[in-house]
Amino acid sequence: MTTTQHPPAASGLNYNPYAPRNVWNRAMNLLAALFSLMAVLPLVVVILYVLYKGGGAITPAIFTELPPAPGLSEPMGMGNAVIGTAMVTGMAALVAIPVGVGGGIYLAEVDKTGWFAQFIRFGVNVLAGVPSIICGLFIYALVVDTRILWGESFSAMAGSLALAVLMLPTIVKTTDEGLKLVSQELRMGALGVGASRFVTITRVVLPAAVSPIATGVVLGIARAAGETAPLIFTALFSPFWPDWSSGLGLLAPTATMSVQIYNFGIMPFAPQVQLAWAAAFILVVMILAANLLARWLARFSAS
Amino acid sequence: MFTHKKRPWTEKLVDHAFIRMTAVLASVVSLTVLGIFFTVGFQAVFQGDLSSLLPWNQDSIWQGIAAWNDEETFGVRWGAIPHFGLGFLANSSWNPVRNDYGALTPIYGTLMTSALALLLAVPLGVGTAIFLTEDFLPQKLRTIIGFMVELLAAIPSVVLGLWAMAMLNGFLAAFTPLHVHLGWLPFFGTEPGGPNLAMASLILVVMLLPIITAVSRDSLNQVPRELRQGAYAVGATRWTSIFQVLIPAAVSGIVGGAMLALGRALGETMAVTMIIGNSTKLSTSWFAPSSTIASLLANQFGEADDIQVSALYYAALVLMILTLLVNICAQVIVKRLALKYD
Repeated sequence: MTTTQHPPAASGLNYNPYAPRNVWNRAMNLLAALFSLMAVLPLVVVILYVLYKGGGAITPAIFTELPPAPGLSEPMGMGNAVIGTAMVTGMAALVAIPVGVGGGIYLAEVDKTGWFAQFIRFGVNVLAGVPSIICGLFIYALVVDTRILWGESFSAMAGSLALAVLMLPTIVKTTDEGLKLVSQELRMGALGVGASRFVTITRVVLPAAVSPIATGVVLGIARAAGETAPLIFTALFSPFWPDWSSGLGLLAPTATMSVQIYNFGIMPFAPQVQLAWAAAFILVVMILAANLLARWLARFSAS
Repeated sequence: MFTHKKRPWTEKLVDHAFIRMTAVLASVVSLTVLGIFFTVGFQAVFQGDLSSLLPWNQDSIWQGIAAWNDEETFGVRWGAIPHFGLGFLANSSWNPVRNDYGALTPIYGTLMTSALALLLAVPLGVGTAIFLTEDFLPQKLRTIIGFMVELLAAIPSVVLGLWAMAMLNGFLAAFTPLHVHLGWLPFFGTEPGGPNLAMASLILVVMLLPIITAVSRDSLNQVPRELRQGAYAVGATRWTSIFQVLIPAAVSGIVGGAMLALGRALGETMAVTMIIGNSTKLSTSWFAPSSTIASLLANQFGEADDIQVSALYYAALVLMILTLLVNICAQVIVKRLALKYD
């Protein structure tokens, strides 16, 4: 009969806080936490700073007055830029959403893997990577320089087109992804009861995917509203109210909040810089709101 | 009992028209890409606007049969590419008075700011992504931090530029000790006295962080649970399994995200323009004002004419080719390195 020999208290099984690998482990934990803190910090600092500097400049007059001439401090407003941003971004969405959703439908429903679809997919990826200033240059050469829009050069419409080019890949991608999430049974069911492809796509598949598409579109619009580089050579800037007589204001140079931040932010006059901060405040609040809205919209697709 | 009922021709027509329409709309995307390359290329090769392509246009790029005898130009208004050739890329002078243009300074600035920014943003972004995929914090808190990092991506670059201008003195105070103690290094050679290349890089870091974090987080989340369990089962510590198992498994996504971020950094315009100082003088020092291709375009395009416009389009073409190469590389790397789990 043998007795089992227990090994002496196995020190190797206890956690040794001084073992090199455990020290390394804790050091890395700390480093990762530090990195995340550093990643979040800029957001907090920027938002607080913008709210502090810009929030103080917000008065009712901001929305109803025009900006002052350089050197003056009256009137203090930027109503033209607020209208301009809404006009340019809205028009860009009107151009980009039909094209983008249509392209997305093609990629997800009509032709998924053919050579033409590959070509389009490659185009979407390239367009998504094109720097935004190049979009501005492209529309400048195409529309502004050639005066193709009823002989007008710089115009809100040109700015909208530049933003539309920028939004297009995002919308195509989100539509494509959103439609892929719709279950195949839904399509089969619709086609099975005799619906045509047109009816299947527009009445069955698209409504089922509307929430992810809407999420992407809202984020795309918010992103475009803050873009400056495509607008500085297309929509340009204007210290006046939109010229409603020329194409409902769409065919005249137009102020936008983003370009105003750039133009006024680098000026040596205090009132202008203050207006730049006010515009930054409105843009940031708008973009935060759009992101929250997108989160809220995304909740519907989860359920 | 059953009769075969044909679809009415109207329905067929609508169906076909709809499918064709989506194809046309989809091709708009690719046509736009081709259009961008054609337009920028055209403007870099010729002087004059696109409408001069129309044969009935008086102000054509080809000045007619009478000018054909000109042996140098053959009557064509050539732009920057025939004028400066590839020497454009190695010439560091940008002189509108003598019409001598070269893009070496902005190309150097573009590559240097992007490289510096990537060097700082990749460790920070991947570290954050690891922190957000491990169970250090409760899930709810991690979701909030992830959302905050995503929000950072939504802040317009022009707002970040405005903020950076307001923080200028803070940046300068932080840079001065580097110059005082390490001034013998060429990179710290000049005294920081205003907007400079280093600041532009730091702002780029802020803009790249959310991209790198989001993409790395996604790819880390997709690593199968079994791999982690296996690593823990053989006694690996948390960080051993992260470095030896999780990161190698997710490396395709991480590298892809970094390349995507590099593409963004190369083309980033507004924040950089506001904080880089827009000097076309070549300097190796990070504390000297510099320019990137995008900032050069934003800064000079409005006031340029004739050959300068064409030179700016040439620089834009260089930028487009750079970003295109980076983006294609990103896609190839993601496909090559992607590990397949079944």
